Amino acid sequence: MNIVLAIILGVFFGFALQRVGANNPQNIINMLRLKDLHLMKAIFFAIGMSSSLLFLLMTFGVIDSGHLSVKSSYVGVIVGGALLGIGFAIAGYCPGTSLTAIADGRKDALFFIGGGLLGALLYTLVYGSIKETWLFDQIAGGKVMLATGSEKFEPLLPMIPGTLLAASIGVVFMLIAWKLPEKV
Amino acid sequence: MTGQLKWFAGGILLGAAFLFAVALVKPIGVSTQFVIADGMVWNLFSDTLVQEDPGSKTGYSSPNAYLDKSGGKYAKNIANPVNYSFIFVLAMVAGAFISSRLGGPKPDRQDRKAPQVWRQRFGEDPLFRYVTVFFAGVLVLFGARLAGGCTSGHMMSGMMQTSLSGYLFALGAFAAAVPTAILVYKRN
Repeated sequence: MNIVLAIILGVFFGFALQRVGANNPQNIINMLRLKDLHLMKAIFFAIGMSSSLLFLLMTFGVIDSGHLSVKSSYVGVIVGGALLGIGFAIAGYCPGTSLTAIADGRKDALFFIGGGLLGALLYTLVYGSIKETWLFDQIAGGKVMLATGSEKFEPLLPMIPGTLLAASIGVVFMLIAWKLPEKV
Repeated sequence: MTGQLKWFAGGILLGAAFLFAVALVKPIGVSTQFVIADGMVWNLFSDTLVQEDPGSKTGYSSPNAYLDKSGGKYAKNIANPVNYSFIFVLAMVAGAFISSRLGGPKPDRQDRKAPQVWRQRFGEDPLFRYVTVFFAGVLVLFGARLAGGCTSGHMMSGMMQTSLSGYLFALGAFAAAVPTAILVYKRN
């Protein structure tokens, strides 16, 4: 059953990435050099919409909050994010879109994936020698979220009702998506 | 490009993908599967990389510290290629292919080697593009693994859950990506 869901949900996500133009490195690069914010608008809207609906549906018991999976916050999240950002800007691919770009017949994506496999291997080899360093110093307690709503993960802002907070952030994201100019 | 959705329709479709995934199974993530794919190949040439281990949480362990992390979670997935997360990522490629066949945006021959913005800046020779993109791929996946996730897992899934790590990741990624893109490709 899980494998059937993996196929259905994976196909849906790949379809969405292709259709919104995220496979196209031209769109990513032009978003990052602030020329064409088409993808930025779509991403802001997607996060805002899914976040608001997720917390609303959890409140009504439609979505099981046990499905949430919050990743740990540590210094390496920011450092790793920055390393990824540099490569992301040069190539115009992120890990997910490099894979779906194969379906477009993009040859440069194959080279990106080859590099990606090497990068992941290098990390696998060095992890043992860096895992005790400052890179893994936790920030704000590690696996935390802003909003309440999960049994497993601590909220950073417990005084605000979680659904209200998440829906408010979500609405702000959707407004940003709507207000951002398409072409700059 | 023709076939590409407007931001609004595209945003709804993308948001629905992330919402359905967390509603039915768990949040979407991609970059871990690069490690799993590496491990599957490595495992073909090694008798010791992944071992069954009744003493570990998942029943598997590895002498490699990274693959052994979280009770041997990665080691287990390497030993069992037909698992949710790996099949999900393979299915993404199929989904993109279906979209492309059903009227999605189609790059022309030149665009398949390098996007126009690259060609205008660095010329038509695809070799330079391929070499550069290879090294960019090294950086992106090394960074993603250090961060513990990529644009899908940290940024989209993370911020959807109001996870602090999602905001920190997005901050680090865009603070580096925007100046890099402007430096490399210029504004005009």
